[in-house]
Amino acid sequence: MNTLTVGYDVYELRKQFPVLKRELKGKPLVYFDNAATSQKPQVVVDALVDYYSNYNANIHRGIHTLAEEATAAYEATREAARAFIGASSIEEIIFTRGTTEGINLVTNTWGRTNIKKGDEIIISTLEHHSNIVPWQMLAHEKGAIIRVIPISEDGEIQLEEYYKLLNEKTKIVSIVHASNSLGVINPVKQVIEAAHKAGALVMIDGAQSTVHLEIDVTELDCDFFAFSSHKLYGPTGVGVLYGKKELLEAMPPFHGGGEMIKEVSFDKTTYNDLPYKFEAGTPNIADTVAMKAAFEFINSIGKENIRRHENDLLRYGTDLLKNIKGVQIKGDVADKVSVISFVVDNIHPQDLGILLDNQGIAVRTGSHCTMPLMQCLKINGTTRASFAAYNTREEIDKLAAGLEKAIKMLS
Amino acid sequence: MSSPIESIEQEIVEEFSLFDSWEDKYEYIIDMGKKLPPLNEAYRTEDNKIKGCQSQVWMHSDLKDGRVYYEADSDAMIVKGLASMLVRVFSGQKPEDIVNAPVRFIDDIGMTSHLAQTRSNGLRAMLKQMKLDAVAWKQVSSEL
Repeated sequence: MNTLTVGYDVYELRKQFPVLKRELKGKPLVYFDNAATSQKPQVVVDALVDYYSNYNANIHRGIHTLAEEATAAYEATREAARAFIGASSIEEIIFTRGTTEGINLVTNTWGRTNIKKGDEIIISTLEHHSNIVPWQMLAHEKGAIIRVIPISEDGEIQLEEYYKLLNEKTKIVSIVHASNSLGVINPVKQVIEAAHKAGALVMIDGAQSTVHLEIDVTELDCDFFAFSSHKLYGPTGVGVLYGKKELLEAMPPFHGGGEMIKEVSFDKTTYNDLPYKFEAGTPNIADTVAMKAAFEFINSIGKENIRRHENDLLRYGTDLLKNIKGVQIKGDVADKVSVISFVVDNIHPQDLGILLDNQGIAVRTGSHCTMPLMQCLKINGTTRASFAAYNTREEIDKLAAGLEKAIKMLS
Repeated sequence: MSSPIESIEQEIVEEFSLFDSWEDKYEYIIDMGKKLPPLNEAYRTEDNKIKGCQSQVWMHSDLKDGRVYYEADSDAMIVKGLASMLVRVFSGQKPEDIVNAPVRFIDDIGMTSHLAQTRSNGLRAMLKQMKLDAVAWKQVSSEL
């Protein structure tokens, strides 16, 4: 049983998540699709309702009270986000729609200004499509070249091969911090150090890592870092792009419109200061305001406590699933976030997903938006169970039993 | 008087009405998937592939004596079972009957509620392809 040993009572914590009371097809919901999006605690839902019920207004230019309150709440999230990832200034915190937009902002602004024909961009085999396609679009436009860091059979990037890829043409390395498909954590510190020595910048895709690992962008010394709110118990449709101030200042704006300008005439427009230069138009105020509640929720339990609990689930689940005949875990390494991705001999992941769903268990099946990784592993997809702070060992028991039942039905 | 297609649909609905658990229902679908004769390798082509989300489905049809004959296959067993039901309903029927069939059995056996939207879309994609084939064969047979 996991109770006080992990620093918090998981059964008490579950009560804060309304959706976990739901039944699915007559069975209590077992939600193991947290790497796709996590469920939301009541405090986050309340923050959204409170904003719309009590102080909804457009931010930054209004002089009335509601506008001031909304602006204060919106900017308070920026400070909370800064502290959450260890950035040195709020000017380095750009609100986006999520990780994908953060990456696209960098490729479209920094990328289009700095990438030239023959330049090289390094990504890894583990990347999500959102950290492949924007770079491909940029490379295609500029005539640049994409280099890919290979991985071992277990899904670990091969650092020696990475070092060989770095050269004077390398302009940027964009790499995922923790793989969404396998859970494997990349040695980003080494990746960043080596890139900087070679004169290249580094962008970190923190979509999966930010909820599980302590993030300190200053200590990491990465140049850009992007994450999404909805994977860390917050609302959908908002995220953060961190960028080093001097880089952001030199970059052209992403979108043009209101908010991002200082002065506009038909001859000339001067742009606003950081971070507003990158936030054209009325932003997603409500979700941004409620994202702060998500940061506070995580901080109140403590990331370290959550990680200890999730690691316990990871070990427990890995041992259980490994012992089921025909099951093979992909990315079974020591250092990973709470994701178990597996294949079963002669069984298509989709069949498993359907039969588990009928038992009230939500997992993800397929390529997880990492088709090149699946091609590299020579599989058509995996079944992925990903755990959050509110999951329990009993739920993993249900997954194991459900999986055995599904395998039996399909054999 | 129900059409030949409707009669087969009715048979399937009656078979499913005997099951009272999801396990029995799915075991039956899986069993149908297993029993579906393998598709001729020559037909496992990119052209015959129906774009689904996760699993691959291949569909081939032929016209013989004014009737359409379907063959199908999938790398996923449940989808293969669903394909097998569609083949059972449509194979050997006249092109115009296939084109005009309203196809109610999928709803009637409760598969739309048991299959999430994305997956039942795969089923709809199969159905759509079968109908498109029938339209093409109808054209061919009218020119004969």
